Amino acid sequence: MNQLQNFTKGFIKENPVFVLLLGMCPTLGVTSSAINGLGMGLATTFVLVMANLVVSLIKNVIPSKVRIPSFIVIIAAFVTVVELTMQAYLPSLFESLGLFIPLIVVNCVVLGRAEAFASKNTIVSSIIDGLGMGLGFSFALTLLGAAREFLGSGKIFDTIIFPEDYGMLLFVLAPGAFIVLGYLIALINRLNKA
Amino acid sequence: MAQKESTFLNMTLTLFVVTFVAATVLGFVHDLTKADIALAKQKAQQKAIESVLPAFDTLGESYKMLPEDGADSLEFFPAYDASQQLVGVAVKTYTKSGFSGLISIMAGFSPDGIITGYEVLEHKETPGLGSKMNAWFKDQSKPGQNIIGKNPGTSKFEVKKDGGDVDAITASTITSRAFLEAVVRAYQTYQSAQEQPAISNNPTNEGGQS
Repeated sequence: MNQLQNFTKGFIKENPVFVLLLGMCPTLGVTSSAINGLGMGLATTFVLVMANLVVSLIKNVIPSKVRIPSFIVIIAAFVTVVELTMQAYLPSLFESLGLFIPLIVVNCVVLGRAEAFASKNTIVSSIIDGLGMGLGFSFALTLLGAAREFLGSGKIFDTIIFPEDYGMLLFVLAPGAFIVLGYLIALINRLNKA
Repeated sequence: MAQKESTFLNMTLTLFVVTFVAATVLGFVHDLTKADIALAKQKAQQKAIESVLPAFDTLGESYKMLPEDGADSLEFFPAYDASQQLVGVAVKTYTKSGFSGLISIMAGFSPDGIITGYEVLEHKETPGLGSKMNAWFKDQSKPGQNIIGKNPGTSKFEVKKDGGDVDAITASTITSRAFLEAVVRAYQTYQSAQEQPAISNNPTNEGGQS
């Protein structure tokens, strides 16, 4: 697999949300609007890249029996860095995502990539994999957020498309997340088969 | 390079090094961002105070006071104009009876108890329903739901369903009740603070017990 494929696989072919179905908790929880999805996705991307980088660097000095706890500590450290930085410099984004940032620690995308990819591959491949997966995750969350925001409140990225009163509130609430996610998975699967 | 063996010593050392490095890095980041986080929080509070009160010149020393019906104290921010006349007091109030728990509100009162504005600081209400409260109760075009310019002492600050004077948010009666409860709590505590000037003029930051 060349590096370009390694990078692009995260978008459609192995999209963490639509195909691997990893990291469902933040996916369903934060995507009530497009900007929330994008913010969460980019924060996760940062953590993914950094965790992949560090894990592939130290993969040989970590005894295999303690590798999972070590990975979790590394990931948790980066998540806390993101949380503190966001709180200090992007307070408005932190306000809407704050609750979900600590959840990146237990996001299966991050641990999954560290375990399945970074602990077996070179540093460069791992960084590219993290970047591709992270951006694919952001893409999926933004798409999901935009669809829910549009159907639920008639807006995309706060740009009004139709009056909010006609929005189907259901789509902003939890059940809407499942419905939209289901349809998007079906659509992506269809695209992958074609 | 072969992977390290999982001997007891190796595992203990590895975990120790990993956690030690992580803790050190976090300590540094915490130190680095501490000032900015405090600044951002203060800015947000300052902005909220400015938006709920009429134009003022200086902000007096804040003080805290325990409400009669709650466990946590409310924080008061008196504001003065150029000639040191009190123009209003911003009260950071709260309620725990929201649809999803805590709602924190900054409410502004003129010296005679009329609401000059409010800003919801923190809430976990349902998006699209209860989350509308930040705009709902200050819609000037709808006198039934607008609370700005009213005095909780003279008009009845309860939702219409409970016999009050305020239109509740459509499909969010619980949120509306909680919101009004927080505002009334702020008003009552503000009133009792005025009756006890010894406490209200106390220049320390920790006037009440929290």
